[in-house]
Amino acid sequence: MSTLTEWLRDPNPTSRRQAKLGQLWLGWLRLKRNPLAMAGLVIIGLLLVIAAFAPVLATHDPIAQNLQNRLQPPLTPGHWLGTDDFGRDIWSRIVYGSRITLYIIALVAVTAPLIGLMVGTVAGYFGGWVDAVLMRLTDIFLAFPRLILALALVAVLGPGIENAVLAIALTAWPPYARVARAETLTVRNSDYIAAVRLQGAGAGRIIWGHIVPMCLPSVIIRVTLDMAGVILIAAGLGFLGLGAQPPLSEWGLMISAGRKYLFEQWWVATMPGLAIFIVSLGFNLLGDGLRDVLDPRSAAK
Amino acid sequence: MARLRGLGGAAFSLAVTLLGLLFVTFIISRVVPIDPVIAIVGERASEAQIETARVALGLDKPLWQQFFIFVGNALQGDLGTSIRTGEPVIQAVTRAFPATLELATLATILGVIAGVPAGVLAATRPGSLADHFVRLVGLMGYSMPVFWLGLIGLLLFYGVLGWVGGPGRLDAAFDMFYEFEVTPYTGMILIDTALAGRWDMFVNAISHIILPAGLLGYVSMAYISRMTRSFMMNELGQEYITTARVKGMPEWRVIWVHAMRNVMVPLITVIALSYAYLLEGSVLTETIFAWPGLGSYITDALLVNDMPAVLGGTVVVGVAFVVLNLVSDLLYRLVDPRAR
Repeated sequence: MSTLTEWLRDPNPTSRRQAKLGQLWLGWLRLKRNPLAMAGLVIIGLLLVIAAFAPVLATHDPIAQNLQNRLQPPLTPGHWLGTDDFGRDIWSRIVYGSRITLYIIALVAVTAPLIGLMVGTVAGYFGGWVDAVLMRLTDIFLAFPRLILALALVAVLGPGIENAVLAIALTAWPPYARVARAETLTVRNSDYIAAVRLQGAGAGRIIWGHIVPMCLPSVIIRVTLDMAGVILIAAGLGFLGLGAQPPLSEWGLMISAGRKYLFEQWWVATMPGLAIFIVSLGFNLLGDGLRDVLDPRSAAK
Repeated sequence: MARLRGLGGAAFSLAVTLLGLLFVTFIISRVVPIDPVIAIVGERASEAQIETARVALGLDKPLWQQFFIFVGNALQGDLGTSIRTGEPVIQAVTRAFPATLELATLATILGVIAGVPAGVLAATRPGSLADHFVRLVGLMGYSMPVFWLGLIGLLLFYGVLGWVGGPGRLDAAFDMFYEFEVTPYTGMILIDTALAGRWDMFVNAISHIILPAGLLGYVSMAYISRMTRSFMMNELGQEYITTARVKGMPEWRVIWVHAMRNVMVPLITVIALSYAYLLEGSVLTETIFAWPGLGSYITDALLVNDMPAVLGGTVVVGVAFVVLNLVSDLLYRLVDPRAR
């Protein structure tokens, strides 16, 4: 262990990989000092564990109805978070719901940055009218309020998880395009790009092989910061009945089902909301800490 | 001259953005799987009836021509007719908009009143307990689903404590007589009741608006306090601040007069952005609080697949969004001498 840390701390790295990993190690040390960011990391870790071991952690079948047992309050033996209007165990439903949340996050985290990267790097690399057109397009999408656009898209595509993901991705890409374009502009005229071009590489190869990798770090940070918002929009769509459909235990959908019983059986709507809140807070805390670590301005303090 | 060119550029980009907005909604409306013709004439109409309806709706023309007609109509304020109610969308939307505007405005005011001092407090004592507290409260505001917050707020402050009025803009007892006794000059209930001198209704309206506005205000505070903190930190590191302190100027004056002037400039953009965001965030809040605004209109229409109403509402929110951005841009120029 100590030799590994020494290798990472070596002020005179012998290879490019060692230098890179050393930088990462320093970043990790800085992140570790931030208790809020670590709390966020723990929350996201827990989410992954819960989703992975859902069948073990759930005490009941998430969709098995038991009408004799409906609307039991929390701390009822066997149902520590209570049961909903169909007598389904809320804890088990939340546990299985984590899989849906992760599924949505993962799909959006892959698609939206990809669209943004393509638009941003192409705009930045070619410049001129290509840049003008693509950036104007980005501005138009930015001008649309995200939730409303997603609502309109899902209304057209029809409700369902996949369509919700598509709608969210189509509304989430513009910030990535902005980031990618800015990064592209800074590297576009550097010598190494000129060298590759002189060797005869085409635009596609230069962008994909030499510019996109340079954009990735800032895009990845942006993804972490964005995930909390994605969770909230997905939950909002679910709440309006436009996302996952019953009997799936999507958290937003669970809140909307509990709305009818708000004043008498408060736990039905409260518990899934707490789950959304905690997970979204986890992403926000981690993203906030990451920004502190990676933003050179705040690191100076 | 430069200022004029800047304005011209802003107006041009506004026009392009609006056109793009209409284009996107147009595309959405044309890929809709529900045939608008069937929705009007019904499933059992004859071929001839369907054809007449198609021509009447202009659906027989080429797509680009349809788009021009769509834009032309939109520019004249015609956003189509709601399938559900048969009412022109623009009429319903103009009736609903003031309610949303009222809610968002009050929420922004609350957000600024709470957010700016909190951000300044955090910036003047970085790393202190107060700083961490402001940061945590802010992050929590970012992380809460606003509709859930609304439900919890209703449960706690209305259901359990009984401190505020419930859903709706007025108690049922007042609501019955509202339209007979109050002239809707602005459509904003607080202003109209005050103008009519009905202070009993005014107080009742406040008890109803305070919870949704407070919750939205919290979300907006989260954003404003965080941005204020970062802008203020930035200013406090400048040399003119050191100079002012060395001259022996009291600290409150250094912060609230000297630094604040420069913080104001970017802060205006932030406030305008959060205001625009609240117009959107109110969609879900309005459904919770049965608030008869744009958000309720859009979501009600969504449930019955009333696409003209959904898209008309979308266009209006989009336009409000764009206009707010433009206003913040103009204010920016006004406040910052360097941008003139």
